[in-house]
Amino acid sequence: MIQALSGQLLLGLINGSFYALLSLGLAIIFGLLDVVNFAHGAQYMLGAFLAWMGLTYLGIGYWWALFLSPLLVGVLGLVIERVFLRRLQGLDNLYGLLLTFGLALVIEGLFHHAFGNSGSPYPVPELLRGGFDLGFMYLPKYRAWVVVVSLVVSIGSWFVIEKTRVGAYLRAGTENPKLLQAFGVNVPVMFMLTYGFGVALAAFAGVMAAPIYQVTPMMGSSVIMVVFAVVVIGGMGSILGSVVTGIGVGLIEGLTKFVWPEAASVVVFVLMAVVLLVRPAGLFGRQK
Amino acid sequence: MSHGARRVWSGQAVFLAWATVAACGFVAPFVVYPVFAMNVLVMALFASALNLLLGYSGLLSFGHAAFLGSAAYVTGWSAKAWGMPVLVSLAAGVAVATLLGLVFGVLALRRTGIYFAMITLGLAQVVYFIVVQMPWTGGEDGLQGIPRGTFLGIDLGNSIAMYYFTYAVFLAAFWLIQRTIRSPFGQVLRAIKENEPRAISLGYDVQRYKLLAFVISAGLAGLAGSLKALAMQFATLGDVAWQRSGEVVLMTLLGGMGTVLGPSVGALLVVTMENYLSSIGSWVTVITGAVFVVVVMAFRRGIVGEVQALLGRRS
Repeated sequence: MIQALSGQLLLGLINGSFYALLSLGLAIIFGLLDVVNFAHGAQYMLGAFLAWMGLTYLGIGYWWALFLSPLLVGVLGLVIERVFLRRLQGLDNLYGLLLTFGLALVIEGLFHHAFGNSGSPYPVPELLRGGFDLGFMYLPKYRAWVVVVSLVVSIGSWFVIEKTRVGAYLRAGTENPKLLQAFGVNVPVMFMLTYGFGVALAAFAGVMAAPIYQVTPMMGSSVIMVVFAVVVIGGMGSILGSVVTGIGVGLIEGLTKFVWPEAASVVVFVLMAVVLLVRPAGLFGRQK
Repeated sequence: MSHGARRVWSGQAVFLAWATVAACGFVAPFVVYPVFAMNVLVMALFASALNLLLGYSGLLSFGHAAFLGSAAYVTGWSAKAWGMPVLVSLAAGVAVATLLGLVFGVLALRRTGIYFAMITLGLAQVVYFIVVQMPWTGGEDGLQGIPRGTFLGIDLGNSIAMYYFTYAVFLAAFWLIQRTIRSPFGQVLRAIKENEPRAISLGYDVQRYKLLAFVISAGLAGLAGSLKALAMQFATLGDVAWQRSGEVVLMTLLGGMGTVLGPSVGALLVVTMENYLSSIGSWVTVITGAVFVVVVMAFRRGIVGEVQALLGRRS
């Protein structure tokens, strides 16, 4: 009983860590570029797949993949920003959403064509095999690692954005990009790098996820919808808000899986509906 | 162009649109497979319903498949399990979609812009999961073998007869959409789209107008779904899935948001593409995505919108 409950809660915590990482990237991109990055799920999948391909075809291990895969996907993000998104600036932000939706379809379709529907397992790195016996439950080392790293990355991002000079530019750009440019900051390059960073964060989450979930071409599209709901629930106004909401939603999902398994896949969206009724701007958001 | 000239021009455009639709639709079942032609019609209606929202109210719904799909299942079940007459089955589907539209609208309209799109997407996922888990929907197989029944003594089992029935309903719905757009109500919607604060300051209850537009759009999307179930004789998970919601947005965008004929042109192109490319499987997704990218980057007014702009400049 306790074992089953804590097992589900742990799984919820893991899922929540991924929601947090992904919604963080979405919030950073949206904050500055005013673009809802619909391709976020596809980029997460891309991160996982690059890690898997690196291992399968080139023998590149987990630790290198954790660095290289986000780098590659981040560079792809720079290209996407430069070639597509920059030309959509100043238009209704629906176009950015539609464009990234199209890009997501292209990326996912290509991988679906090349690898089919079935999932490929990715081995847990040597160093993180095994686990700890906590008495009431067994905690695999890799899962503990995921939770800790996501928290570190999230808090690190929060620190950079709230407490450093780069972060101050970023916040200034979110408030008023024109004024920032007038002060001599190269705003277009900042936009590009921000999109690249947000996308790299998604790929990083993808590599982290590879040993836990199956690596499939569709792994991103199912998670992105939950992440959108997380963003609606939390509001995209605050970094810590999106992290707390992500983990909270993961835990609630885990709890639901224990109490009423059939409802687990909809509980997030029901939660979203309730929040909309009670606090339309989101838990941490500001209503404009 | 003066205001008067534009009015004449738009009157001509509407007439031209009507004449084109009527003529093409009338001969269609003798040129192509009736089932294919029906598929184009229902998707054209679906896209026109979305256009009422996206093109004239500026609200991007990413959850319209929920209305199409739920109506398809309800109509299918009503016709198959209860043996209800065609019109009753259609009405049941439309009623369910309309109610669902009310629920979606009340929730999603609490936020605007991109949040609105994300909320509709999320709510549609709830509908999808409910359909997956209901025992009567047939899970992965969907509802199969839905009877078409008879209408005024005519057996709709005949595909040509069913085609003309679908066509008649389509024309009626198309007319209703045009009436809505050109009515004072439609004018207010456009005013809201152009400048919401001004519409508010003029004393319009903006939220109620948007909600009504959403509910009408949902009901019409439901009508498309109900017709689809009867025409195709099945309802499947594909009709409630988010891919379907994306597809209808593409149709509207490709043909031209906020144009009379655009959604139908978009539907014709997308359905044709899917029909002929179905043998190459996952490439369809890639091509669909690429079309999205090309339209957004190169011609945001859509095909009909660009043609109109071209003609307008010349005259």
